[in-house]
Amino acid sequence: MSYLETNAKFVPTGFRKLLYLNWPVILLITAVCSFGFLMLYSVAGGSPRPWMEPQMKRFGVGMVAMIVVAMVPIWFWRNMALVAYGGSLALLVAVDMFGEVGMGAQRWIDLGPIRLQPSELMKVSLVMFLAAYYDWLPLRRTSHIFWVLLPVVFISIPTLLTLAQPDLGTALLLLIGGATVMFAAGVHWAYFATVIAAGVGTVYAVFVSRGTPWQLLKDYQYRRIDTFLDPSNDPLGAGYHITQAKIALGSGGWTGRGFMQGTQSRLNFLPEKHTDFIFTTLAEEFGFVGASTLLALYALIIFFCVVSAVNNRDRFASLLTIGITMTFFLFFAVNMSMVMGLAPVVGVPLPLVSYGGSAMLVLLLAFGLVQSAHVHKPR
Amino acid sequence: MKRPPKETAESARRIGRRSLVIGASQLAMIGVLGWRMRSMQVDEGEIYRSLAEENRINMRLIPPARGLIFDRNGVPLAVNEQNYRVVITREDAGDVDDTLDRLARLIDLPPEAIESAKAEMARRPAFVPVTVAERVPWDDVAKVTVNAPALPGITAEVGLSRHYPRGSDTAHVVGYVGPVSDYDLSKMENPDPLMQIPRFQIGKTGVEAKFEEELRGSAGTKRIEVNAAGRVMREIDREEGKSGADIQLTLDSKLQSYTEARLEGESASVVVIDLETGDLRAVASAPTFDPNLFVRGISGSDWRALNENKYRPLSAKTVQGAYPPGSTFKMVVAMAALESGLVGPEDTEYCPGYSEVGGTRFHCWKRGGHGNVNMHRSLQESCDVYYYEISQKIGIDRIAEMARRLGVGVPLDVPMSAVSEGVAPDTQWKRDRYGESWRIGDTVNASIGQGYVLATPLQLAVMSARLATGRDVRPRLVHSIGGEIQPSGAGEPMGLNENYLRRVRSAMNDVSNAPRGTGYGARIVAEGMQMAGKSGTSQVRRITAEERARGVTSNADLPWERRDHALWVNFAPYDNPRFAVSVVVEHGGGGSSVAAPIARDVTLQALYDGPPPLEAYPSNLRDAIAEQQKRIENHVARGMTASDRA
Repeated sequence: MSYLETNAKFVPTGFRKLLYLNWPVILLITAVCSFGFLMLYSVAGGSPRPWMEPQMKRFGVGMVAMIVVAMVPIWFWRNMALVAYGGSLALLVAVDMFGEVGMGAQRWIDLGPIRLQPSELMKVSLVMFLAAYYDWLPLRRTSHIFWVLLPVVFISIPTLLTLAQPDLGTALLLLIGGATVMFAAGVHWAYFATVIAAGVGTVYAVFVSRGTPWQLLKDYQYRRIDTFLDPSNDPLGAGYHITQAKIALGSGGWTGRGFMQGTQSRLNFLPEKHTDFIFTTLAEEFGFVGASTLLALYALIIFFCVVSAVNNRDRFASLLTIGITMTFFLFFAVNMSMVMGLAPVVGVPLPLVSYGGSAMLVLLLAFGLVQSAHVHKPR
Repeated sequence: MKRPPKETAESARRIGRRSLVIGASQLAMIGVLGWRMRSMQVDEGEIYRSLAEENRINMRLIPPARGLIFDRNGVPLAVNEQNYRVVITREDAGDVDDTLDRLARLIDLPPEAIESAKAEMARRPAFVPVTVAERVPWDDVAKVTVNAPALPGITAEVGLSRHYPRGSDTAHVVGYVGPVSDYDLSKMENPDPLMQIPRFQIGKTGVEAKFEEELRGSAGTKRIEVNAAGRVMREIDREEGKSGADIQLTLDSKLQSYTEARLEGESASVVVIDLETGDLRAVASAPTFDPNLFVRGISGSDWRALNENKYRPLSAKTVQGAYPPGSTFKMVVAMAALESGLVGPEDTEYCPGYSEVGGTRFHCWKRGGHGNVNMHRSLQESCDVYYYEISQKIGIDRIAEMARRLGVGVPLDVPMSAVSEGVAPDTQWKRDRYGESWRIGDTVNASIGQGYVLATPLQLAVMSARLATGRDVRPRLVHSIGGEIQPSGAGEPMGLNENYLRRVRSAMNDVSNAPRGTGYGARIVAEGMQMAGKSGTSQVRRITAEERARGVTSNADLPWERRDHALWVNFAPYDNPRFAVSVVVEHGGGGSSVAAPIARDVTLQALYDGPPPLEAYPSNLRDAIAEQQKRIENHVARGMTASDRA
């Protein structure tokens, strides 16, 4: 106790905060982004345009934003949680009503120079809001039924809104990200067991409902599920993307075909090769060595963040860190599972590597929050 | 303001524990991903690598150049000609309609061609060139090239197509090629992969069809890299195919062209055999057709015209036409009789103008009769009764056997389409064919080459060749394939009595060169060039007793289809035979008056290897012959220019 009291008083101030940043994470992020630049250069056929250059600019802006967010005391962010959640929710509703339609899904909102994807924002806001909620909630009420259902509602609203866009991938990320914060906060095991059982039941219902007037998913989503279960039955149609992705990944071998030598991406067999399927190009050109290096970098980011969360005695900071870590983890785990044929194609980019403005910026802002939690942890 | 962190040791511990659980499961999941990655990239890497290769690498066939066909002197009869076509590539063309409009104003382009090009473009990816016009004349190619800036996406390309420089003159022998059809494919056991090339051309008739495999050669392959849309990115490597083998025929194109020209206006055929080698110097069937029409894709009206022509231009009558040989068959009967020993060369028969057999009266062509006739005279004056009588003495089976030995009624191996065997009938044949027994009347009919006897012009020429040499001369149409010389058709001595053969030849000599001979009018007077022949006039209808009584036998009074066939066989020169010739003029009338002059002209043309001097003809004919030679020369020249124009 004495240790706690004496050290809780010490919080770095001013530019001294820079020394207390979680530098390993920053270096790892930079390394992962560099992988991204390399691949974007490669898939453009050896050219910084049209993808690498804008991506580097966004990285620069994002890094500055991350440091700025990190400098702001964590308790300020806790107080902003409700505002962030409310704002994101409003934007999500707005995009449903008058958003831009891109790639068959309604995801964007056009704000002049920026095209904003509110669901990206929501991934962070939701985690932040739930962390603030549990920070506020007395510990003994954590597993009380009412106080459990309340965050379930907070999670459900944005999840359902994203599902309506439709964006299955983001909806899943929101759901699992939110659930992770609840789990970390100490909600009783039994709730999760019940939900998982219910989830299995729902999946069953989804399949049973197929073809009936009340079917739960859109046809294309069903087809994606079919393709996932057996991509070989439609290799040139619905299963084409995943088959080609697996061929690209597998053909990389140990050391890959060499930088800019990947035939699958060079000859356009790969779909969305600069966004969702960029990992296949990497795996094709750099082989198992390159792909597992990237995976190791991701694992190290997760490791340092989890360590940071465990070592942080502030509930909000700790929960926020673990939630954002989970969201980040889900990003690359779902994306990689997808291109390796372990999960359906749900349209989740590879974090910090795939080309895309919103995702990059939001992720770096989220890491800013993690840094803030790290910098301002009670010592 | 600073806000003390709201914390308890309990809360921090609980969050820490759960965070570790979460972190551990995340790392476990990362482990799974890594393991999966390893199994795909390292364990199954080879499989995926080969799948990637299959993806990007396509094999394309390179069609080989088809073998050429030459005549005996190296004159090309079938060649591969470069032809230009105009193609359009949609992705480069901008406004396709507009561009095609401009093209149509520049060169002659039927609206259907534009429509079909548009339809094809709609079916294919934008980068695939689509043919708008084929066989574009050079002038139009130049126009397209010069106006290239105004015609985006339009280019002139060069391709190979079959061309027959001698056109119709060699059509029946050389045949023609055409695009492979489903029917062709159904007949092949292991279709060459080349057959899958759209509009790949294969031989349809004649030598082109018979030596399809040799002429075709083997396909080369190239490996190309394609992208996901199928566009060719680059060629990785190529393995050249083998061009088809060139074929040299024994045909003499100059003689062949002359013969076709000489036959103009008739429905007739001529075969010229080189006695030394069996080489077929000319195999001409008239009327004929332009094989180049078929290569280009024959129009409906041209096709109908060829099919409905009663002279059957598409038929190679030299091998497909089987005719009653008439009196040209008499040498066969004479040889059979002499060889049998039952009839001596000087034995005579009395010809009163008819013969009474089994209650039926068989007439001689000479109503007054020939009186006492021996073998020599029977041939020279073509007495029918002599043969009625001796055939009854020796029987049909001996005649049929001799016919086959001399080449009539047996398959002859020549690489042409639908070669007929003819018929050398005997008792067995009639039983098999009609289930009836042979009658003596059948023998009498057969003895003068009527009734069941059928021979093709080629068989008649072979018969003449074998009589002239005493060897079983075999017709040879192909001199060499890919430089490999084919066996000679000179043949071996047949074991016929040389004395008898000499007598038959001597009689044939008198047919042509003795004043009473039936072929005297068509004799050759040049020293050492005289031919020895035999005329034949075969009925295609029965002459009724009533008609005979009325005396209506003049062919001119009958419709064409019912007139007699005019036939002639000969060899020349008599002293030192070099060529055997047969001529059949369908429904031409008398053999000696219609067929013999043709044979004489062709024989002289062959002997002199060009136009013979007028001195070779009897003096009374020279003016008419000079006229005819000029006409034929013009005709040949015209034919050549016509095919060159095409």
